[in-house]
Amino acid sequence: MNQIPEIPENKSKRDFLQWVLAGGVTAFLGAVLYPIFAYLNPPKQAEVEVSSVKAGKLSEMEKESGKIIKFGTKPVILIRTANDELRAFSATCTHLDCTVQFRKDFGMIWCACHNGKYDLNGRNISGPPPRPLDEFRVVIQGDEILISKKT
Amino acid sequence: MKTLLQRIYLWIDERVELQGLVEYMGKKYVPVHRHSIWYYFGGVSLFLFIIQVVTGILLLLYYKSGEELAFESINFIMSKVQFGWLIRSIHSWTANLFILSAMIHMFSVYFEKAYRKPREITWVTGMFMFFLALGFGFSGYLLPWNELAFFATKVGTDIAGVVPIIGRPLMIFLRGGDEVTGATLSRFFGFHVAVLPGLFTVFLSIHLLLVQRQGMSEPLDIKKETEQKTMPFFPNFILRDLTLWLLVLNLLAILAVFFPWELGKKAEAFASAPAGIKPEWYFLYMFQTLKYIPGKLWFLDGEILGVLLFGIAGFLWTMVPFWDRKSSRGEQNRFVNYIGLFIVIYIIIFTIIGWLA
Ligand code: FES
Repeated sequence: MNQIPEIPENKSKRDFLQWVLAGGVTAFLGAVLYPIFAYLNPPKQAEVEVSSVKAGKLSEMEKESGKIIKFGTKPVILIRTANDELRAFSATCTHLDCTVQFRKDFGMIWCACHNGKYDLNGRNISGPPPRPLDEFRVVIQGDEILISKKT
Repeated sequence: MKTLLQRIYLWIDERVELQGLVEYMGKKYVPVHRHSIWYYFGGVSLFLFIIQVVTGILLLLYYKSGEELAFESINFIMSKVQFGWLIRSIHSWTANLFILSAMIHMFSVYFEKAYRKPREITWVTGMFMFFLALGFGFSGYLLPWNELAFFATKVGTDIAGVVPIIGRPLMIFLRGGDEVTGATLSRFFGFHVAVLPGLFTVFLSIHLLLVQRQGMSEPLDIKKETEQKTMPFFPNFILRDLTLWLLVLNLLAILAVFFPWELGKKAEAFASAPAGIKPEWYFLYMFQTLKYIPGKLWFLDGEILGVLLFGIAGFLWTMVPFWDRKSSRGEQNRFVNYIGLFIVIYIIIFTIIGWLA
């Protein structure tokens, strides 16, 4: 009768093979998944750095009114106050990203989304907004209103 | 002489042994008791889902995604395409009824403890489908690209962005950039018509297979009664199901015709948010809760806290079959009832407050 020869346990060899297998599988998954995740991440659009924009004519803007100006990709709110001052702030509510508006009846900047209120200096005074609105600089050249970033 | 139908049946039977399946269906019984009515909401949800698939495919034939096209194409569907208004109205109404019916189904299963062993997987797949349904609702809401949806999506994705660590990448992933733009619309469209339906179908198949395989659960207190009434699944239960489906279809037709779904104003990225921004009603209770959490609590942001709380609550809710051991052993667990009751009341009250606000 033939005896089945005992196979000697070769632990280190088996361990080694297991490592190779695990490493191979990991590398394979990485090679498959990495491009997919990278693809999902939208590429940075080369944003044209805007430093100032024209915001229309002074003579066309009433006292106690406000309007939204396109500042690059972001909205900016321009306000002409009752005592004839021009102010500009970022129009993106610091709470959850809605676009704010000027409310003549409150004499305030108001966010409709959750009833957030800012005074005419952009300070958050009631409702959920956690921070004031960033201020922009307003320059008047002749009749032209120019808005630029504060540095 | 065999009829054509019988011949077709035999032809298939010869190849795939249909007979076994038919016998299995014939031997399946549905328990009859005073809570039996709750068995029907799963079926109603299934029916509403089927309607969504059909009307969704129909809308897909005319809908165009894109900042410049989306709003116009829905307008076109509603004003030019024959019965377009009806199809869109039904799709919108069904979406809401579907969530409602799925909620009723979920809560009835919860209170009957039908999730207990051996039906844990059925419950978990059901919960996954519920989360997917919320995803369907959120992504579908943006597709008409109207003002309300635009700002609701801004707010919704911004809330996702407050989650620590993964929040910001998640927000960028959802928006397809830093802002809600046409890129967001494209993504949401893809989620809504491809990703979510695909995932949903997988879970739905498992869910239905398990329900067929394991049969309907019986409430704990009724199990004790010796006298057990049952009804054959086929044809009795199926016929009742179908009758109810017909009623639901009628209800839908009435809603869609007499309360047609509005399209609103086209979204404009550089306009102030209009008053009355509200998420869909099924997000309202969460949204309302966020309003009551103070902006800063200890060192945490109020929003973060709210999002984390809801996340944990949703997780625990999904895991109920695993922590409610008592029900699995066939014992009453009142604690689970109280939690459920609290949640139902909470949701109702906060939804109403949010609605009135
Ligand atoms: S987004 Fe402005 S108050 Fe919430």
